Amino acid sequence: MIAHAIFFYVFSVIAVVSAIMVTVSKNTVHSVFFLILDFISISCLFIMIGAEFLGMIMLIVYVGAVAVLFLFVVMMLNVAQQKNQWFVSKDSSRHIPIGLLISVIIFFELIIVIGGWKYKPDLFNSAKSSLEKGVSNTHSLGQVLYTDYIHVFQISGMILLIAMIGAIVLTFRQREGVKKQSYLKQISRERTEGVEVLEVASNKGVKIDD
Amino acid sequence: MIDIGLGHYLTLGAVIFSIGIIGIFLNRKNIIVILMSIELILLAVNINLVSFSIYLGDLSGQVFTLFILTVAAAEAAIGLAIIVVYFRNSGTIRVEEIDKLKG
Repeated sequence: MIAHAIFFYVFSVIAVVSAIMVTVSKNTVHSVFFLILDFISISCLFIMIGAEFLGMIMLIVYVGAVAVLFLFVVMMLNVAQQKNQWFVSKDSSRHIPIGLLISVIIFFELIIVIGGWKYKPDLFNSAKSSLEKGVSNTHSLGQVLYTDYIHVFQISGMILLIAMIGAIVLTFRQREGVKKQSYLKQISRERTEGVEVLEVASNKGVKIDD
Repeated sequence: MIDIGLGHYLTLGAVIFSIGIIGIFLNRKNIIVILMSIELILLAVNINLVSFSIYLGDLSGQVFTLFILTVAAAEAAIGLAIIVVYFRNSGTIRVEEIDKLKG
């Protein structure tokens, strides 16, 4: 029990500190690194609490794909050199106090909700737990995912497909003046348009390729 | 304090959610950091769903976390593609200089 508490506090402190560093660090590349650290510590929490499959999936999807995608875009756009200038123009600094106010209000609302919920303990009813003992987390998740949620699962696949098509369509551009090999043009050449037999008169040249 | 319960995990989720919202409001850099703040918010939602799922003994929360993960990945891909196109067209992705819509 005490080990659980120690691990929880260590990982959650790392997660919160790195979440703060994502928003305040001056360099965008550092923000991406702290985002990776945040995801890793949260996935450690997931593995610790008993959701191993989601923890591992989170490592693969977020750290392996999304964070690397962020890093790639940051490097490609060369915005890492743009330093973070806090509150440069007067126009933008008007939004700061109201933004802070709204964030703090949201935080306290969430805390109040959690506190009020804790004093209603009969919501807990672990007797009707659907988590079977002796079956691994991945196994039981698969049993639910491919039976009860099969349509949602397929729709999420469609979402990924549409996202892929959308990203390709958005970033694709036809460049001008690029020499490319066209197989169709090469194959469909006929002898009549490739070769020409000319009668060459004596002492007169032949003009080719006009 | 020692006995870690559901409330601890929900508080962690609330803290990360609020940090994400503060990151969206306070951001004076480029849009990529705003996208990262949105990822933080989705992460907080995932923490809430997983901890409820474990403590209530119901697997639906973890299934929905999986779907949120899918949507978050799609959103990151599309958002970054839009940012790349915008940067190609206008040469900047600073938040203050993006005012084409005159909002």
